[in-house]
Amino acid sequence: MTDTGTETLSVIVERDLPFAPEKIWLALTQPHLIQEWLMKNDFKPVVDHQFTLTGDWGSVDCQVLEVEPNKVLSYTWGAMGLASVVTWTLTPSGTGTHLRMEQAGFRQDQQQAYQGARFGWQKFFANLEQVVARTD
Amino acid sequence: MPTDPDMLFRTLADPTRRAIFERLCRDGEQTVGALTAQSGVSQPAVSKHLGVLRQAGLVRDRHEGRQTHYSAQLGALAPLMDWTSRMAGFWQSRFDDLEDLLKRMDQ
Repeated sequence: MTDTGTETLSVIVERDLPFAPEKIWLALTQPHLIQEWLMKNDFKPVVDHQFTLTGDWGSVDCQVLEVEPNKVLSYTWGAMGLASVVTWTLTPSGTGTHLRMEQAGFRQDQQQAYQGARFGWQKFFANLEQVVARTD
Repeated sequence: MPTDPDMLFRTLADPTRRAIFERLCRDGEQTVGALTAQSGVSQPAVSKHLGVLRQAGLVRDRHEGRQTHYSAQLGALAPLMDWTSRMAGFWQSRFDDLEDLLKRMDQ
């Protein structure tokens, strides 16, 4: 399922997986496993740790923001001139885990600037949407 | 003219500049004087922001007598709208690879 709402400039992908949160957590946090599904990296599950994801097309500069084992993992994602934040949320379900990924654009790595930027950007898009609706 | 997405993101990341652009989107064409009156910053500062917005293709200027009128170019926002669909496609395929990995980890 994908939500491409422009108000928040965010991308949300969610999936129910028939695996325990602990196992998914390993795949999200072990560098050799991350490489298997995402990109080469020097990730560590430590808040403030800076790491780089390297792909064929270029690299992504990241910094860890939040680590709550088996539950929440969040890091900044700087690529293509856009600062964004990627947040993984793991919720146990009857048959496994509900895995949710949200990438939100224009959030800064500092919490304060981040709230300001987020508010400003949401407001901008809310207003823009009204303008575009009117010109239709 | 296609706009470089990097430049577009950088241009709109500044809150004052974004507010000026937002105002042009909302209220239509404006002069520098009218924009300055409500911006809370000096006229040279507004002019500088308008110059950056123009370079990014987000505003167009029109000269009439001694006045310059600025208007928003909504079409220039297309790369921003594209970002969400591009990233959604990227993450969907990463989820596929993650799921494959988890299956292999089972064995």
